[in-house]
Amino acid sequence: MSEGNATPDAEPRADPWADPHAVPFLQVRNVTKKFGAFVAVDNVSLDIYKGEIFCLLGGSGCGKSTLLRLLSGFETASSGQIIIDGQDQEGVPPFARKTNMMFQSYALFPHMSVEKNIAYGLKRDGLPKAEIAARVSDMLSLVQMDQFASRKPHQLSGGQRQRVALARSLVKKPKLLMLDEPLGALDKKLREETQFELIKIQESLGVTFVVVTHDQEEAMTLSSRIGVMTEGRIVQVGTPHEIYEYPQSRFVADFIGSVNMFEGRITEDHEDHVLIGSRDTQTDIFVPHGISGVVGQQVAVAVRPEKVQISKSQLHDMRNTFTGKIDEIAYMGNSSVFQVLLDSGKRVRVSQSNRMRSNEDTLKWGDRVHVGWHDDAGIVVSS
Amino acid sequence: MSATAELNRRLPGGRYIGGVLQRIGLDGRGLVIAIPTIWLLLFFLIPFLVVAKISLSEAAIARPPYLPIWEWSDGFLNINLNFGNYLFLLDDPLYVAAYIESVRIAAISTVVTLLIGYPMAYLIARSSPDRRNILLMLVVLPFWTSFLLRVYAWIGFLKANGIINNFLISLGILNEPLVMLQTDFAVYVGIVYTYLPFMILPLYANLVKLDEAYLEASADLGARPATTFFTITLPLSANGIIAGCMLVFIPAVGEFVIPALLGGPDTLMIGRVLWDEFFSNRDWPIASAVAIVMLFVLVIPIMLLRKVQAVDEGAS
Repeated sequence: MSEGNATPDAEPRADPWADPHAVPFLQVRNVTKKFGAFVAVDNVSLDIYKGEIFCLLGGSGCGKSTLLRLLSGFETASSGQIIIDGQDQEGVPPFARKTNMMFQSYALFPHMSVEKNIAYGLKRDGLPKAEIAARVSDMLSLVQMDQFASRKPHQLSGGQRQRVALARSLVKKPKLLMLDEPLGALDKKLREETQFELIKIQESLGVTFVVVTHDQEEAMTLSSRIGVMTEGRIVQVGTPHEIYEYPQSRFVADFIGSVNMFEGRITEDHEDHVLIGSRDTQTDIFVPHGISGVVGQQVAVAVRPEKVQISKSQLHDMRNTFTGKIDEIAYMGNSSVFQVLLDSGKRVRVSQSNRMRSNEDTLKWGDRVHVGWHDDAGIVVSS
Repeated sequence: MSATAELNRRLPGGRYIGGVLQRIGLDGRGLVIAIPTIWLLLFFLIPFLVVAKISLSEAAIARPPYLPIWEWSDGFLNINLNFGNYLFLLDDPLYVAAYIESVRIAAISTVVTLLIGYPMAYLIARSSPDRRNILLMLVVLPFWTSFLLRVYAWIGFLKANGIINNFLISLGILNEPLVMLQTDFAVYVGIVYTYLPFMILPLYANLVKLDEAYLEASADLGARPATTFFTITLPLSANGIIAGCMLVFIPAVGEFVIPALLGGPDTLMIGRVLWDEFFSNRDWPIASAVAIVMLFVLVIPIMLLRKVQAVDEGAS
């Protein structure tokens, strides 16, 4: 934490999850939570390391909030084990846990001033008055709310409430802080500013964050790693880069960012590449790296729109090229998104950054074009 | 479109009525407020003034049994205001004792009702929505039977050979019946029983709105359930507590039926004193003075309630 060890002996690894000797700070082992017949969390296992910002990302009802509530003790797991800092949390009530939570609604006590809200947790620990006052004022300046100490929550704006909620959840110096949609109630502009502030505060205090969010952009910017959840299960855990570039399933590829999916079957399996036949393209799709699959297996090739190139002339340096005509153009300022109708009838989304202010070779609606991608741009997903 | 314009359009001859209303400064909003205002003027203020007038007159063997406070004779208007009735209330310790006793009984009953009602309201508010409706039904159910009947039923429970005594004697816990009927205890039982729903309903309405996230946040910050109750739940339900207490305390002070039926001869409550002055003594001026003073005893807590509510509305 902040005092005493400003200069740690060794800089901690940026990727503790890749270190086989590292001991996870939070271990979730085969945790299942059922509400009657409904399985909210389905056999989830997860390791989270000290100092991480781990995002649980998923749509509404995917079980991410329930998992967070299991970690904070508001729900009890139907089966499985949760270990925080080496201690099994079974039977430990929320008030005895060394973790804190920032609530989605912030849950600031309406009858208490900002100051009293922040001091609440410290008072429960029976700390001396002088220490409480000092730590509250430290927190107030950390979140830049010094002038608002005596305001009541209803006298604050959404962004200010968010800061107070953060201060209140951090003041007890928890080793693990859980944040439920921390930026959900803020407007877009404020959210972007606050994201970076949140990362700065997390780094300066060295707290481990577990963040629940449905906003993939938020998850990408905030987190060290992301766990993508759907239907109560974690389908993939990885860094934002891994999740985006190497999705392991159709769901992840589709959920994070936008993607072109080419459905097909493996037609040829060679030493260094496979060919995938798809009705979506006129010719087989070439994928260089060996995939685990047998000839005839149903798979899909996922290609991100920004990895697809578009040109009026032949694309000579690519094996995967197809022809079609431009069906729609969306100009977004920094980039343009083209919908290309391939001759096979498949629609392909292509995004191109607008590097020049104007281009004599500008693509227009109805133009016949070639689209294609480099060998390694396509990801084969089978499930 | 304003309500008066609407009235103009719809009613034949409405143009005239609308015009009149507009001229005296009444628009739609004023009209809505005017109806309860007129109601209160007719049925509260005027009777109050009549009672106030009688309280300042002199008792007489006549019909009605008091002398008029103004007389017109020989071109003179004689107004005789008799403050003697009020002075008499102070003179005779019976009245002061009855006021104090009424407030004391009402206050104790209110506290007991709160202590019983709060946990009930809390449990109803915290139960599942469909069970909540059944429980609320059960709270309101007694209103379907006449209030008098229910108080009479308590006589059956509390009397010497009543249900409670017979039960305890049959179990061998008692040898001879406990004297419960015609004591202050019976009055407390009656008031608490009768007014419990008036405590539970406003408390429920308040507690059901209490966001569970506050309680979870409190637990998360290290507060045990009891601490959470006293630092979060209780302060946040203060308005419900005040509303419930007022709804119980105010009618309980002036309660007549319960002390008359369940109380003993020495249960002194102002409602009974009033009844006796009015119907037994036929001293209308004294009875009216008793009523006016009682009103002021009650107005103070109402003012208090209004003030708290105004502060609360300003806050949210």
